[in-house]
Amino acid sequence: MNKILRIDTKQKGFSYSEPETRLALMGGRALTSRIVMDEVPPTCHPLSADNKIIIAPGLLSGTTAANSGRLSIGAKSPLTGGIKESNAGGLVSQKLARLGIKAIILEDKPEGDDYSLIHITKDGVKFIPADDLVGMTNSEVITTLWERFGEKVGVACIGPAGEQRLTGASIQLADPKGNPGRAAGRGGLGAVMGSKKIKAMVIDDAGCERVKPANKEAFSGVAKKWAKLLTSHPVSGQGLPAFGTAILVNVVNEAGGMPTKNFRTGRFDKAENISGELMAELIEKRGGIIKEGCHPGCVIKCSQAYHDKNGDYLTSGFEYETIWAFGAHCLIDDLDAIAEMDRLCDDIGVDTIDTGVAIGIAMEGGLIEWGDKAGAIDLVNKIRTGDPMGKIIGNGAAFTGQALGVDRIPVVKKQALPAYDPRAVKGVGVTYATTPMGADHTAGYGVCQNILKVGGDVDALKKEGNIDVSKNLQVATAVLDAAGLCIFVAFPVLDSEDGFGMIVDMLNARYGVNLTADDVLAIGINTLETEKAFNRAAGFTKHDDRLPAMFKENLEPHNVTWDFTDEELDSTLNFG
Amino acid sequence: MEIEIKLFATLRPYLKGLSREGHLDVPDETTVADIVEILQLPAEQVRLVFVNGRHASREHILNPGDRVGIFPPVGGG
Ligand code: SF4
Repeated sequence: MNKILRIDTKQKGFSYSEPETRLALMGGRALTSRIVMDEVPPTCHPLSADNKIIIAPGLLSGTTAANSGRLSIGAKSPLTGGIKESNAGGLVSQKLARLGIKAIILEDKPEGDDYSLIHITKDGVKFIPADDLVGMTNSEVITTLWERFGEKVGVACIGPAGEQRLTGASIQLADPKGNPGRAAGRGGLGAVMGSKKIKAMVIDDAGCERVKPANKEAFSGVAKKWAKLLTSHPVSGQGLPAFGTAILVNVVNEAGGMPTKNFRTGRFDKAENISGELMAELIEKRGGIIKEGCHPGCVIKCSQAYHDKNGDYLTSGFEYETIWAFGAHCLIDDLDAIAEMDRLCDDIGVDTIDTGVAIGIAMEGGLIEWGDKAGAIDLVNKIRTGDPMGKIIGNGAAFTGQALGVDRIPVVKKQALPAYDPRAVKGVGVTYATTPMGADHTAGYGVCQNILKVGGDVDALKKEGNIDVSKNLQVATAVLDAAGLCIFVAFPVLDSEDGFGMIVDMLNARYGVNLTADDVLAIGINTLETEKAFNRAAGFTKHDDRLPAMFKENLEPHNVTWDFTDEELDSTLNFG
Repeated sequence: MEIEIKLFATLRPYLKGLSREGHLDVPDETTVADIVEILQLPAEQVRLVFVNGRHASREHILNPGDRVGIFPPVGGG
């Protein structure tokens, strides 16, 4: 894996180049953030020709290492105005690795309004007019492209929201069944792709060989132990496959940390109606599929196929955060209605978290009643048609709040807070405030130590220890994102003495190098430093690393508030 | 005294046999460990215990009206 593929969207040309040596041991997020820093002017408008989309498989993607097929997509975010890495499953990462492509850089933008489809094979890159695809939902795009180019080709595409360049727009990825169930959802990257008039990219690795590690035997030795580590841990081996991430509805609700009615309380009295237990029951009853991987080689399989009342496929990749956003946040307690909105978001191509939070803000602003599921579905549908109200919702929670004159807007760096109240799950709250990404749970999932008691036990309700929890997780997560590993490997890795060493060993065997654990951690630290530097140059200050004032209110049932000092927050990602 | 019991995920089936759904009459000074025994929960499946929304150890002594939530190993994010 060694080429950088530059694609000029204006001239419709492409070129391959050898990466500089300093990029050799960068992959995934480490590489997307590095290239964004090196090549994108921090003050540019995110939808201008100066912005670039960087797509990079992880350092271990394409190998036999379990759960190593995650993809990083980076750019300057139209939502936050800062740097963005959005991480997704699907088929693209492994195929790029097999094609020997370390990163794709999409540059410039065309002048006209004609859309293209980019077709990447081992023989090169083709631009194909895509006017026939314009206006299509992501399901329709993927179905059309699988018919045209063969089933199982990798697809990354945008729906009507990306075409409208809304700041909530996602880039959706085909999952192994050809559904748009995987998303590079956060940060509005779909709008950047739309600004470059690329409707879809097809990545076909036909005729390519498997990725060959430099030290094959050593690699397969560790890879075996690695797979065993993942399948033998109770959370990744049993809990996640059996119930998906939706099991967290009851866990977080029981812990009093599930934001309800736009972060007014930490418990939803109807949580049972949107729980993972109910989801598993319905999936079984309706002939859906309990566990599926988002890419070949996933041994944890937290995804699923959720069917509707008639037994027809409705959605997959149906995550806790989505259920929370359209559920407890909006006081909607109907799992089918929420599943329908998840499907709509995937099809229209918007982030489920920012969209769900925006719907709750629409309720806050009096546009529809709390708990009005039909009204909520109607609003999400409007994003597709270009209706002005749909444009407001499709631009995300911060924009919707401003449009409706609302004073409770749960965002950091304009990105909506996810499904854990920062006052009652303080470790992840620190991450929301301090990650360069804007409010994001995946950047440093303090829920592990706070609630799930994996990788340590730190009180969720007190400040003590939670700055360190967030800091250490943010570094470790940046490493996983560089390696292309799914973040759920963190459960076994944090609980095992050898877990991190196995990642180091796999990297060494893959590239024939001799990195130490510290060298690998340095990849994570450098990534965070790079991202902070970009944000500073884009105009961010430490005052942007704060939660909104609404979190000074008390939260029931634990009667807690957001009480970190500015100095404490500023120390989090200070590596000295 | 009466306490409220909530069992989740794979522990759900063990709720059967409680006198009134979700409630259990226990002697004073009952601990979390006692509850695990009374309900005959498989020990390796008892991973997270919340009492009134706070993590509690096996030795934790319960009070009347406490809400006890018990989970097997689960996770997500
Ligand atoms: S555990 Fe879930 S998110 Fe991770 S690789 Fe598997 S299906 Fe994808």
